[in-house]
Amino acid sequence: MSEHHVMPLKTYFKVAGGLVLLTILTVVFHEMKMGALAGPVAFLIAAVKASLVLLYFMHLKYDNMTNRVIFGSGFFFLILLFAFSYVDIWTRIKSFSTL
Amino acid sequence: MGTASTNPNVNYLTEFSGIKSWLFSLDHKRIGLMYMIAILFFFLVGGIMAMLIRLELFSPGPTLFSADTYNQVLTYHGAIMVFMVIVPGIPAILGNFFLPLQIGAADVAFPRLNLASWYVFMFGAILAFTTLFTTKIDTGWTFYTPYSIKTGTAVITIVLAAFIMGMSSILTGLNFIVTTHKLRAPGMSMFDMPLFVWSLYSTAIIQVIATPVLGITLLLLVAERVLGIGIFDPKLGGDPVLFQHFFWFYSHPAVYIMILPAMGIISELISAFSRKTIFGYKAIAFSSLGIAAVSFIVWGHHMFVSGQSEIAGVIFSFITMLVGVPTAIKMFNWLATLYKGSVSFESPMLYALGFLFLFAIGGVTGIMLATLGVDVHFHDTYFVVAHFHYVMVGGTLMAIMGGFYYWFPKMFGKMYNEGLARLTFVLIFIGFNVTFFPQFILGAMGMPRRYFDYIPAYESLNKISTIGSWMIAAGFFLALYVIIRGIISGPKAPANPWGAKTLEWQTSSPPPHFNFDKKPTVTGGPYDY
Amino acid sequence: MTTNHSATAHHHSHHFDSAQHEYESDKEGIWLFMVTEILMFGGLFVAYAIFHQIYPEMFAEGAKQLSWKMGFFNTLVLIASSLTMALGIYYNQINKSNKAFWNLIATLVLAGIFLVVKYFEYASKFETGFLPGKFLNPETVGATSQNLGMYFGLYFCMTGLHGLHVVIGMILISWLAYRTKRGDFNANYYTPVEGVGIFWHIVDLIWIFLFPLLYLVG
Repeated sequence: MSEHHVMPLKTYFKVAGGLVLLTILTVVFHEMKMGALAGPVAFLIAAVKASLVLLYFMHLKYDNMTNRVIFGSGFFFLILLFAFSYVDIWTRIKSFSTL
Repeated sequence: MGTASTNPNVNYLTEFSGIKSWLFSLDHKRIGLMYMIAILFFFLVGGIMAMLIRLELFSPGPTLFSADTYNQVLTYHGAIMVFMVIVPGIPAILGNFFLPLQIGAADVAFPRLNLASWYVFMFGAILAFTTLFTTKIDTGWTFYTPYSIKTGTAVITIVLAAFIMGMSSILTGLNFIVTTHKLRAPGMSMFDMPLFVWSLYSTAIIQVIATPVLGITLLLLVAERVLGIGIFDPKLGGDPVLFQHFFWFYSHPAVYIMILPAMGIISELISAFSRKTIFGYKAIAFSSLGIAAVSFIVWGHHMFVSGQSEIAGVIFSFITMLVGVPTAIKMFNWLATLYKGSVSFESPMLYALGFLFLFAIGGVTGIMLATLGVDVHFHDTYFVVAHFHYVMVGGTLMAIMGGFYYWFPKMFGKMYNEGLARLTFVLIFIGFNVTFFPQFILGAMGMPRRYFDYIPAYESLNKISTIGSWMIAAGFFLALYVIIRGIISGPKAPANPWGAKTLEWQTSSPPPHFNFDKKPTVTGGPYDY
Repeated sequence: MTTNHSATAHHHSHHFDSAQHEYESDKEGIWLFMVTEILMFGGLFVAYAIFHQIYPEMFAEGAKQLSWKMGFFNTLVLIASSLTMALGIYYNQINKSNKAFWNLIATLVLAGIFLVVKYFEYASKFETGFLPGKFLNPETVGATSQNLGMYFGLYFCMTGLHGLHVVIGMILISWLAYRTKRGDFNANYYTPVEGVGIFWHIVDLIWIFLFPLLYLVG
């Protein structure tokens, strides 16, 4: 079956190396104590790492559009859950009352 | 494929025999029937609970049982009807049976997974029923915190049961999505699929996406009870309203899990019994997807008086109005299909027309309740109870009944008694309105829901409502008789008794083990009358 | 699905047109299942994010109690296990069953190391009294936040559910290793390896987010 894409071995090691470097980077930034920026930076790096795993280890880069849409939809609906719940939390607890 | 089916007397019912041939069957048709038997039983139990509730409310004061017992009966009625009857109902029974047939496939994509989801469902259901013999729960089917954290009843067991049944629902949905994508007959594009398939497809998307959130919510409730982690417990700095957000993120879309497949059945029935191409095929197909999409961002309308912020309430109220758009698109397309069609009034069609009438009332009162200011008055009154019964019973159950009668000849290869079937419609339809219409008035008068007692001013309307419930029960028991008698001694059904155009009518009744003797190739649309 | 033990061909189930058709359908099913995993864990992440907003100090206090070095080490372990898992698929794709087998075994070992480290982390939390929810006594551990139990409640729920997935993954990988050894997989048929692989990478993916959230950000 020629439809199956076999990725070169080198790519796997490159991706793994990238993941290790990014993990070290996360810790370095953590030690720098960046205050308010620390959260977003750590999250951004995690997102890059997650994309690497998805695209290469999970072969999503070579998969069909349907599977990409399927997987992306998971994150999309998660954002909906967070966003609409957070509108309530923000305008109720953060603005008025304390729990 | 299907070597055995060259003999016309051999079909999926007769090809294999013995209890094992059912319990280990990978045939989607047999699995559909196994779901049918289980769900009919659960419907009977949930229905008996409903009758008990109405009996208790026949007159003010303690009539039958104590307030505590009433709370338990109410909880089981809700939990059984939602998690074990209406949510799995149409997809698991009629969907399992007819999705592959309607797209010309030999089975669903993952037959073993299909059987596994039946076992998972049964395991969850049995687990839920064990609580009837230990400590009966009294939280209501919504398990709202903080009461569900504090109450000394078997909340953990029932919550885990709901979690397990949720897994079954996910597996069914997953199976249906892949089946719809991958197993359509040659020549059938997505826009050649029958609208019942479109509705199952939209439902399956909701099942896959919403149910996991219910799963984690229920697990967090268990953690809350066992560990006291405090995220839903105001005493520990948590937020009980957040539980409602999480819960309704699933449970509002779940309302559409219940109604979307019903709408799909109605599309089939209206077209078949008007002998006319469905009006606005694409509009109906896309409105199913539209309802599924909108369903995820309207959940806050269940929480208008729960203490959520005013801004959140206004946003949710506004978005909820959007649901009216795709729903109305469907209504108008069905009506336009009827227009100048050669309409005949066989029992499935009677149920479809009943659906249109009742669902219109249920839908419009839904828009009333979506209006924030109005809902503050109506919330937690019988107006809400009447509204969602008009949608769930008037809508979904009507469609299930219509679908059963429509596909009965295909499922069992027999015909039922048409006269008696029409009588069941008359009993259920009239009984339903007698039961639930007075509840709109009671709600407007201010009668709160979920109480076992009421002031004497509400008595006469409650009596009418209870009497109506007896008519519904008589109708369903008669329907059971019609079905059983049809199976045992009905005359043999032809392959296509209604002259309908969708693929399932092109194979014999009942179908052979692998559905079609020869894989069908699709050249025309599903409604080319 | 039928399994053919010959090294060259794989028979597909009757309701599919071809083995490729079945492969694509199976894969779509696996991706759909992964969506449910994302949304289930996602619920926990949303709860974490919301309460982190409400109680930033309490979360900072909790995060300080965790050893980021252990979390860091475990992150590397899981990355390595993801690599060996990917190689397990790769070698099955090019008909090198033996190499595939040893990569799967390596994945199992790495998963085991992850759990051992996790065990030591849990044990030290139990010893020092940083227990979940109501079992955490703010006075005995000297906590300034009265509801520190919520942080550890979330910590144990999130890592516990993740740990459960690691265990399930190990069972599935053992099954794959057995079948690889038996010679079930080849360039034409390796769907189960790829499916479990996707599951295992999801387990890694979730940890990629758990590590900074629980150990670093506070």
